[in-house]
Amino acid sequence: MYYIDPHIHMVSRTTDDYETLAKMGCVAVSEPAFWAGYDRGSAAGFRDYFEQLTAFEPKRAGWYGVQHFTWLCINAKEAENVSLARDVIAMIPEFLDRPGVLGIGEIGLNKNTRNEAIVFLEHVALAMQTDEQILIHTPHLQDKYQGTRMILDMLCDDGRVNRERVLVDHVEEHTVRPVLDAGFWAGMTLYPVTKCTPARAADIIELYGPERLLVNSAGDWGPSKPTAVPDFILEMRRRGHSESHIRRVVYENPLTFFGQSRNFVFNPPDVAEHAGV
Amino acid sequence: MSHPRTGTEVFDAEFLAIRAKLLEVAAALDRVDRAGGSEAADPRATQVQAAIQVLLRPEDDRAEQLQLIFSRPYQDDWQEKFQMTNDE
Repeated sequence: MYYIDPHIHMVSRTTDDYETLAKMGCVAVSEPAFWAGYDRGSAAGFRDYFEQLTAFEPKRAGWYGVQHFTWLCINAKEAENVSLARDVIAMIPEFLDRPGVLGIGEIGLNKNTRNEAIVFLEHVALAMQTDEQILIHTPHLQDKYQGTRMILDMLCDDGRVNRERVLVDHVEEHTVRPVLDAGFWAGMTLYPVTKCTPARAADIIELYGPERLLVNSAGDWGPSKPTAVPDFILEMRRRGHSESHIRRVVYENPLTFFGQSRNFVFNPPDVAEHAGV
Repeated sequence: MSHPRTGTEVFDAEFLAIRAKLLEVAAALDRVDRAGGSEAADPRATQVQAAIQVLLRPEDDRAEQLQLIFSRPYQDDWQEKFQMTNDE
């Protein structure tokens, strides 16, 4: 089955991973800007990173027939440095018209601090000014519930935000309901230990249905599995779900969400399968 | 979306995995005790005990309840405490 991984950090992965993804049926990836494992010292460091995301990664993905899309921001962890964050936010518009740039992300909270909230709101303001979609990171582990609720407070307080153009990612059992009830898209990240497993993601699909739900690997430099979406597909098949239901989650939903971005130009890989033939 | 399997079919598919995961929890708690036990004030021990109690309840939202046990509380006046203003 063809699928799209809507959240994966390919700058942290090898070219062999692109080849494996292609063999597993991955036809497109979307890569939000994130924390590199260390704090960058200047806005120039982010300029180089955005160049990599918008120029080299699409080329590397293309070697294996995988289409690459991206999102730009300064992540929540480095947003604690408000001065640096403002320099980066001021630079982002230089890149927004490049092919494959879908919007602002992954912005959000990390430890749910005041500085993180300030920078989050300034990213949202930029997205509103430039009519961009938004991809949101919710915090880890014990901070997730509090941070997700804070993020929803800030988004719902802003009457300019079109909730159908916002994806709130890394939801789990205790955060998926408020995100969907508020009208946003929700993403489930399939990780070996933290976040969701393929089985728990399948449970959430069974509980809430496929509407506005995505699954992703969020593969990066830490413990993660870039082929986690095929694991989810297999779990759904084992449970007896139809191919059309599974395809809705792993292929059609990403197309619907990304299709709202002016820079999303997608070439379907196989018209026959896409049509369900 | 439907739930294609019966409860018996879920057990048929997952009983050994459930058994293995419960054994891992039991063995880990034994390991803590053999190492002298957790300190009385260690909140992680309290969280684990509360989580185990949730597993015994008949409700169908145990996973969500466990997540909340392991979560910091949300307070809806956080913006006032942070003195967030519209012109930040």
